[in-house]
Amino acid sequence: MNVIANSAVEWYFACHITDVPHNGGVCVKVEDTQIALFHFAHRDEWFASDNECPHRKQMAISRGMLGSHHGEPKVACPFHKKTFSLTDGRCLNSEEGLSIRTYPVKVEEGKVFINIAALNQPFTSTIQTDAYEDQTD
Amino acid sequence: MKVVVIGNGMVGYKFCEKLIAKSLPGLELTVFGEEMFPAYDRVHLSEYFAGKTLADLSMTEFSWYADNDVKLELGNPIVRIDRTQKKIHSFSGAETAYDYLVMATGSAPFIPAIPGIDKEGVFAYRTLEDLHLIQRHAPLSRKAIVIGGGLLGLEAAKAMLDLGITDTHVVEFAPRLMPRQLDHNASVILQQKLSALGITCHLNKNTIAVLGNESVRGIMFSDGSMLHADMLVISAGIKPRDELAKACELPVGHRGGIIVNDLMQTADPSIYAIGECALHNNMIYGLVAPGYDMADTVVAHLSGASKMFCGFDMSTKLKLIGIDVASFGDPFIGGEEAKTIVFEDSHNGIYKRINFTPDGKQLLGGILVGDASSYNMLQQVCRNQMTLPPDPMDLIIKPRQGSSMAGVDALPADALVCSCENVTKADLTDAMSAHGCETVDALKKCTKAGTGCGGCVPMVKDILLHTMKQQGRYIRNVICEHFQYSRQELFDLIRLKELKDFDAVLDTYGKGDGCEICRPVVSSLLASLWNEIVLKKENHTSQDTNDRFLANIQKGGTYSVVPRIPGGEITPDKLIVIGEVAKKYNLYTKITGGQRIDLFGAHVSDLPLMWEELIAAGFESGHAYGKALRTVKSCVGSTWCRFGLHDSVSYAIRIEERYRGLRAPHKIKSAVSGCIRECAEAQSKDFGIIATEKGWNLYVCGNGGSKPQHALLLASDLDSDTCIRYIDRFLMFYIRTADPLARTATWLNKMEGGIDYLRNVVVNDSLGICGQLEQEMQALVDSYQCEWKQVVDSPELRKRFNHFVNAPGEKDPNVQFETLRDQKKAAGW
Repeated sequence: MNVIANSAVEWYFACHITDVPHNGGVCVKVEDTQIALFHFAHRDEWFASDNECPHRKQMAISRGMLGSHHGEPKVACPFHKKTFSLTDGRCLNSEEGLSIRTYPVKVEEGKVFINIAALNQPFTSTIQTDAYEDQTD
Repeated sequence: MKVVVIGNGMVGYKFCEKLIAKSLPGLELTVFGEEMFPAYDRVHLSEYFAGKTLADLSMTEFSWYADNDVKLELGNPIVRIDRTQKKIHSFSGAETAYDYLVMATGSAPFIPAIPGIDKEGVFAYRTLEDLHLIQRHAPLSRKAIVIGGGLLGLEAAKAMLDLGITDTHVVEFAPRLMPRQLDHNASVILQQKLSALGITCHLNKNTIAVLGNESVRGIMFSDGSMLHADMLVISAGIKPRDELAKACELPVGHRGGIIVNDLMQTADPSIYAIGECALHNNMIYGLVAPGYDMADTVVAHLSGASKMFCGFDMSTKLKLIGIDVASFGDPFIGGEEAKTIVFEDSHNGIYKRINFTPDGKQLLGGILVGDASSYNMLQQVCRNQMTLPPDPMDLIIKPRQGSSMAGVDALPADALVCSCENVTKADLTDAMSAHGCETVDALKKCTKAGTGCGGCVPMVKDILLHTMKQQGRYIRNVICEHFQYSRQELFDLIRLKELKDFDAVLDTYGKGDGCEICRPVVSSLLASLWNEIVLKKENHTSQDTNDRFLANIQKGGTYSVVPRIPGGEITPDKLIVIGEVAKKYNLYTKITGGQRIDLFGAHVSDLPLMWEELIAAGFESGHAYGKALRTVKSCVGSTWCRFGLHDSVSYAIRIEERYRGLRAPHKIKSAVSGCIRECAEAQSKDFGIIATEKGWNLYVCGNGGSKPQHALLLASDLDSDTCIRYIDRFLMFYIRTADPLARTATWLNKMEGGIDYLRNVVVNDSLGICGQLEQEMQALVDSYQCEWKQVVDSPELRKRFNHFVNAPGEKDPNVQFETLRDQKKAAGW
């Protein structure tokens, strides 16, 4: 996925803090990619991750519900409630090898920025699913 | 030691897993697979059509092989075995030397030599590749025939249904279905159930030709009759893949299969055969559990231990298209060797047969169709030769409450609970005491029990609960890690402190940050208590996505919208408005089971616009997205029907408008029938009303869905107002006391004292709370507002209905549709 060829812009301006609901997320359009941005107000923290859930390839993580698992912040995909760590993106339900990418977030003067450097790095959410899709296409 | 495995199916993989677990020094393990995919779960193959992916079906992660230094060669079939040089030659031309060779080549579908079998549209049902071909052909097909009425054939028929072919026919040579598992009467019951699903069975039929020119048009039977179809799936049994063994002159059975001894060795002691290609004692085992046991035997032998394979229990339990079918032990034994008890209920489609010794002491086998809930227990009783109750009939007549727990207690420690993974009761209890497993998931991880076919999971759960109870550990029914309270306790606490939002509840009574389990529970409690708008600022992110967007999320991330149509009554003008809205926003329309209309495929940013138009025409939210009252279905009643006793439509509308928007532990459905013919199917609802000469009969706690249950009569011959008072009390009592996501039927099933207790509370006011319940309900009724209208009227709320925060109004470009019968549908996943 060649999203932003020139990674000069590492901190991408997403929106204003008031645009994001407390303890919830929004979807940010970064060129032709989608990133989920969360304001976890109960923890006073901000997180960002891929908007696509690797389980069924649905663009819906930003509409997911926030929570914690033994203290670790997580988000649950609204489709099948697969949960992912917001710290490192790994799936917390089972050992299916699913994961999402997470991105650093910073807030300056009421504006929210996402560090999108990781977008340029190769990433596969699951080896099996990708291998299989190549077979059928 | 160089070990080479030919075949990467379920058994071949299991062999590798078990061998690696032994960590033998100097082991070099190479696996050759003919298919392009690493080992996958063939047992659950038909679930591929029901939405499972290869990743779901895969036996392990792809990286497992590399991580464990196992060389995996996929798409590289072996062409020759050189026994003298101990080498194998693969298709790619390479030679690989072995010290030990394990043949796990499995089987191929048996394709009968019928003229025309090579026509287009004829498929085997065995591999993922077959499934891909079937899947590609299915959209062109209207009517399908499956040849073979055995286990796999019926699985294939289910796959046809999943692919949307509603007219499916099963052809079987034997006079009954699943001839290896079922007797005649069981087959008749199964046939009735299948025919209700659109699968027609043709028994005693010998197919002699496939009709059609290039592509299949049907088949002809030996009696001259014909059956037309445009797709033919062959699932008439298996043929062991023994061609490599034959070519290197290893002895094989006459009807195929590589002959092995009790150590699974072929005539050449350095070559083993396991799984469906092996012929042991003149028997091919077409099930996975014995295959795993064979793999175990070879692993034991290679690592210097001793284990013999001495045949295997062929008990099976499966869910065919939602129908339980099971057989265990010797299902057919009878005559002088055994006595038999048969329970047959053709009304509910249940058949149970048990065979036991003439002295009535020991269970020998049996058959279950329609209800196999007692399978695990019966199989254990049979296998462990446990003593039967004085009247063996007690084994198959509805197990009384608590009896399954007592049953678990009676199991000996060495009882095999999971036959796929060879896990005994003692293994489970050890895992609990030594490794501290306290959940079914933990037990699965620790012992692997329940990770094969999954059939033993209910029993694993029973053993877990029972052992915990025995150890004096209190099992609290808590919501999740964040709240150490039951739903009912939390309901009372929130009311007591008058808490109004999730964070307040969490900070007062919980810990951590909440999760996808407790957030919707608390949101529902807040709605049931205070009936504030669900999208109130502090609470909207704690609503499930459907409640958060007041619509139902569907494949692809678009939503479906259901306006309320009380009682299913609608004017032509309003129908036209729905049609116009659907046209304007390009939506797929479908009539729901609840007598209303569902509009699918709406982008999130279109939702407020659609609602605005619907509201202008007099519609409101149908709450199809909420754990709330859904519909009150009605028959047309005395206004038109010549049998109708009362005006069921007017009463249904009154009830639906009274309880609309009511939030509850789960969805609530209702119906009103105008006479005893019961056209509105009220007895399948959470509360249902049927007109009598003198008034209304009120039934409660029925359910359709996966576990259908008839509603029970709560009170009879009520006048309209009294009936509503009873419903008020009943619903409020349910809302106060049920567990999260428990439908009324489940709630009643768990209630001590059952319907009599419930009747005492609701009708006789035994708890003295009826006044309060009615008051609470009235407050909820009075504070009802349409949630859609609240969004439409609020610019701030409308802002939330955008896909991109930084590109409002822009739609998700990833959403894709396909066309089916002139309408759109979501692209598959």
